Amino acid sequence: MLHVMRAELRKLRRPTLLLSTILVVALLTGLFTAIVFFNVNSGHGNGRRGDIVTAATLSTTQGLVYGFKIVSFFLGITALCVFASQTAQEYSLGTLRNLLVRQPSRLKLLAGKYFAMIVFAIFLVLVDALVAIGVSLILSGHAKVTTTAWFTSSGLAMLSKTFINVLVTVLAFGTLGMILGLLFRSPISSIATGVIWCLILETILGQVVQSSQKWLPGQNFDNIAQGGSDTVSFKWSLMITAGYLIVGAVISAFMFERRDVAN
Amino acid sequence: MTTAISVSDLTKTYGERNALAHASFDVPLGTICGFVGPNGSGKTTTIRMLLGLIKPSGGTGTVLGHSISQPEKYLPSVGAMIEGPAFYPALSGAENLRVLAAMGGYPLNRVEHLLDVVGLEDRGASKYKTYSLGMKQRLGIAAALLPQPKLLILDEPTNGLDPSGIQEIRNLVKDLASDGTSVFISSHLLSELEMISESLVMLREGKVLFAGRTQDLLQSQVSSLVAVPEFSVDLNKLVEIATSHGHSAAVSNGAVQISAESTWGATFNRLAFNAGVTLSSLAITQPTLEETFFEMTGE
Repeated sequence: MLHVMRAELRKLRRPTLLLSTILVVALLTGLFTAIVFFNVNSGHGNGRRGDIVTAATLSTTQGLVYGFKIVSFFLGITALCVFASQTAQEYSLGTLRNLLVRQPSRLKLLAGKYFAMIVFAIFLVLVDALVAIGVSLILSGHAKVTTTAWFTSSGLAMLSKTFINVLVTVLAFGTLGMILGLLFRSPISSIATGVIWCLILETILGQVVQSSQKWLPGQNFDNIAQGGSDTVSFKWSLMITAGYLIVGAVISAFMFERRDVAN
Repeated sequence: MTTAISVSDLTKTYGERNALAHASFDVPLGTICGFVGPNGSGKTTTIRMLLGLIKPSGGTGTVLGHSISQPEKYLPSVGAMIEGPAFYPALSGAENLRVLAAMGGYPLNRVEHLLDVVGLEDRGASKYKTYSLGMKQRLGIAAALLPQPKLLILDEPTNGLDPSGIQEIRNLVKDLASDGTSVFISSHLLSELEMISESLVMLREGKVLFAGRTQDLLQSQVSSLVAVPEFSVDLNKLVEIATSHGHSAAVSNGAVQISAESTWGATFNRLAFNAGVTLSSLAITQPTLEETFFEMTGE
């Protein structure tokens, strides 16, 4: 499995994929964090889903992680696209047969690929954290936000907790992408299905039928990064996420193990 | 273990259709075995089953002494190129090989050596998507050689190669076989296979038509005599002589082609002389593998 992981990392580190993903993550994080800090005290919604985030809030330990976790959903969508394309392209390029000749144990192949993508996801979250904290620090003066609380022990504890929560969210989206990649065996179909569902359909469903938010996978994945919400608890989201992903992973792994590789 | 590959009653069905029906054949160890058949005859299906990519519907088989139901036991010693090369377009040729080397746990420094072996030493750093068909094919062969295989399975390895490339691959395959590597090679270039294969498996519509020594197959075919008379007006007279002695004959390109054993050549020469026909040439031709293939497959 370590061999597979090493091989997969060679693919993931190619400049076109790695640099473009870093660029997208850095730009999104920088932009969203800047919006929060530039519009603080404006009286307009400057936070997630139009929430008003004040300088007082940002002066607490929340200020250190707010920009970091606000992009968790988009970071998750990025991971979904990367995981889905890296999995499905093995079918569309015909490279899966080469991989299976070199690693006949299909579950080991799958696990090795997944662990390599976890490393990639950790890297994405690190970039997100560094850019968000950097931009927050730079703009804190302009927003009249005091940063004393950010680097206390409770601030750093908040940072660690948020890092783990955001990582879980990103991995949940990524795992969904990998499941879709295995099921659809086409990068375009798997990415389109995942993005349209999470970005459009879930948003519409969640607005039209408020109670459905509790059951929607994408909403629950993102709720983990936010540490829970007023309507859906953190624990519930963790449980629902685990349920969806375990069922999806078992079905797709079973199909991957059994299905003939005929292309 | 005397066989590199041995299959018995191997069958693969897709719904009602038999992609391979009760195929049985052996590939002797340390030899080059050609694998021929028209498109859709079941060659790639067979190769995929040997490599554990698809599961047989019936029958059994062994590769390097291990059952094909346990590909993890023999695949580390098998190199394969199936249905043409398939690599990551955004990676260089060398990096593509490094991915596969890392996957199989082979030393990465083998990559440069293999690029050299297949003549890609100058283009190893170029992205795969910039490669010509011939270069892609060479990279596929390099990937198949990564594990220093005891058995090499190649599906159409000379597709897209120019004549000198075909010759290089032929020499490479012969060199590998002389070092003890068993080679199972599918190709539509029958003249190439005739030159290098000691044994042959021929398929048609999922069934094995022939499995055995190439020489035995060719010798079992009726040879033909090609006679050219001094004057072309005598062509029909030669056809009459042959047919009156029970041999089929036909005029083609200013010569008479007669289906007959080579030993009948002297008799025919004498009969022609007695009939007042002087032959300017009389040659005995064995059918080529290509002619035999067309004859047997009815293509």
